[in-house]
Order: sequence, then structure tokens, then C-alpha cells
Amino acid sequence: MDGMHDLGGRQGFGKVAFAPKASPFQAPWEKRAYALRSMVSQLGVYNIDEYRHAVERMDPRHSVSAGYYERVITAIATLLVEKGVTTKAELEAIAGGGFALSHPGAGGRTNAPDRKSFQRGERVRVRNDFVSGHIRLPGYIRGKIGVVMYEGPLTPFPDAHAHGLEAADEPTYDVRFRSEDLWPGGAESAEIHVAVFQSYLEAVA
Amino acid sequence: MASRQAPDAPMERRLAAVERVLEVRAHDKGLSVDHTMEWQDENLLAENGAKVVARAWTDPAFRQRLLADGKAAIAEFGIGLPAIQRQVYVLENTPTVHNVIVCTLCSCTATTLIGPPPNWYEDLEYRARVVREARTVLEEMGCPVAPDTEVRVWDTTADTRFMVLPMQPPETIGWPEDKLASIVTRDSLIGVARLSVAGG
Repeated sequence: MDGMHDLGGRQGFGKVAFAPKASPFQAPWEKRAYALRSMVSQLGVYNIDEYRHAVERMDPRHSVSAGYYERVITAIATLLVEKGVTTKAELEAIAGGGFALSHPGAGGRTNAPDRKSFQRGERVRVRNDFVSGHIRLPGYIRGKIGVVMYEGPLTPFPDAHAHGLEAADEPTYDVRFRSEDLWPGGAESAEIHVAVFQSYLEAVA
Repeated sequence: MASRQAPDAPMERRLAAVERVLEVRAHDKGLSVDHTMEWQDENLLAENGAKVVARAWTDPAFRQRLLADGKAAIAEFGIGLPAIQRQVYVLENTPTVHNVIVCTLCSCTATTLIGPPPNWYEDLEYRARVVREARTVLEEMGCPVAPDTEVRVWDTTADTRFMVLPMQPPETIGWPEDKLASIVTRDSLIGVARLSVAGG
């Protein structure tokens, strides 16, 4: 989905709030949220793609105003409610206040039936697909041409895996783009490497 | 935002509510947040990445194995990858190539080599800007890159992870491996810092 999470190349942001060797956690609850997420992933209630999609489905205003660990807790709680482990009312009663959850999502899709294998050095085009459900394709490469550098490991197709559909494993390719091709006249010179699922790619004629 | 009527409870209370509703399930599986936290404190460490870098600096055969198959090479140290992280590519910085990593869609990181990511890595500013204006972002972060050096930005959009192999400061040639490891910082493994010894 073309959500607020898909940030690559968006403009208008200020400087990165960087401090050398900064602590990963700003408060004890953030560290606890990080451990909780890892623990819940071992309970088998949902998979990683369902989790990522639950983050993406947060209301846009909530998403951009929340810090990282608020997004984590919102996504976990949303899935626990959707999977019937608890209810929003129960969570709010225990928390003693509101508990904003993510919006319901659209449907998913299965692996592209006409997906092809690519060789190192081959030029590929990213399909001009507009997907309302989960997708691991950053919008900034949609429709763009790049060069395959490596064939990466087999991974369940996220667009299906996030939606309870049959998700066949497929390779991800490391595809090299030029920033000048991604944002003509509007980017600093760099190679941009993106890990792209096979179903998102097509051969360049 | 019609779905957000009541003011949200403080984050600590929302976290505690999630923990509470999972208590029985976690207990039945022998899991707890406290134990998970202890495991993370012992295993998700930038010191792991630093050890790997120090070995790569001192052992050319290891360096080759590391660049060819990161997952197999780090296993020589007993360092694994979480189940969903299927491979790790180690990206070698040289005088002519500077690598930097990001996850523009969320905040994926090679946590067993780099540790939990810092907040700035998760922030919108870094994720939005570093793919499009890497040179400006790196300069702002205190890591300017020369105009004739190629910048390579690696966006962690699938379940392959990345770690930068920073350049060894020339004055440390000949140092023992453990002393070398002590100068390797997490930020250099992400590619936003260069290493030096004088004055840290």
C-alpha cells in the first residue's frame, strides 16, 4: 500500500537527530517493547509480514506522530485483537485509557504467475504495480530500470504471507539503481541497492 | 480520526496491557519478556560485528569468506541470524566506495551484528533522506564523503541484512585482534561513521 511508512525519497524533513553512539532506547518501556515484540513472534499468533502490515495500517496521523516503539505496540495490539486473542475494550480497560489500533486492511495477492529468473548483470524493470495490501516494494523504484547484482535467499512472498494466502518462496534480487534515474534532476549521486522480490520484476525487452 | 475517541493511555500502560493479555500463552510456551530481554542483552551486540570486522582486517582468507557468504563466516564466531534473517551481505568500504545501510519501509537491521538499531535509524528523517541525498545526510552526521568516492546505499527491503566493513585506520596496522575490535563502533557498521584512533 502507498502508506506513510514508505518514506524513501520523501522531502521536507529536517536533519537526522543523530548523536554518536546513541542508546537504542530512550526509556525503559522502549527496551521492554523491543523484547516483547521478539517474545510474541515466538508465540505463533502472527507472522513477520502480518506484523509489518499492521504497522503500515496505522492511521497516517498516528503513524507519523508516534515514535518507533509506539508503532511496535500498536501493531502487536492490533493483531492480537484481529486474531481474537483479546478485544480493544479489554486492552483499554487494563490500560485505563484509549488504545488506538490500526485500520483494517485491503486484501492480498499471490506470487506473480509469470515471474522469471534473472541472471547477474541483467537489466530488469520494476513492475508498475499498485497494490492496496502489503507489499515490500518501496514506491521510489516502481517502474524503474536497474541491474541485477545478486540472487538473494528464498523468502515467502510477503504480499500473500501478510494476508493468510498461500505464499510460495521466491528469490529476492539485489538490484542496483542510480539515484539519478530514480529522481532525475532531483537526487545526489549514488548507487541505490534494493532487495526486490522476483514477482515485482520483469525483463527489459 | 474517528477511531481515536478516548485519549490514549500512556505507552507504559498500553505495553503493560499487551503483556497482561499474553501472560497465559507465554507461560504455556515457557516464554517471558524478562528472559527475552536477558537473551537480547547477551546476543544483540555491536561488539559481535566489531569482532568480525577485526578478524576481517587481520585475516585475508576470513575476509574473503565473509564477503562471499556472511552467514557462514559469522557462524565461525558462533554468531547466528534470527530465523527470518536469511543472509547477511558484508559491504566493504574502500578509498573509492562508501557503503551506508537503511530500511526505508520499517527499520530492519542485522541485530546480532549491529545490536538494536538507534532511534535515529528508525526516524522518518533518516529513512526518507538517505536514499536521495546520502552525501548531505552523511556530512550532517559528521561523515562527509569525497565527491569522487562512490556512495552505495543499501535499502533493507527484504530479509537479507547488511553490515558495513569499515576501513581500518592505517595507524592500527599490526594491532592485536581484540584491541582492533575495541575501536569498531556500531555507527561505523551502519556506515555513518569513519573510524580513527586519535581522540576517538
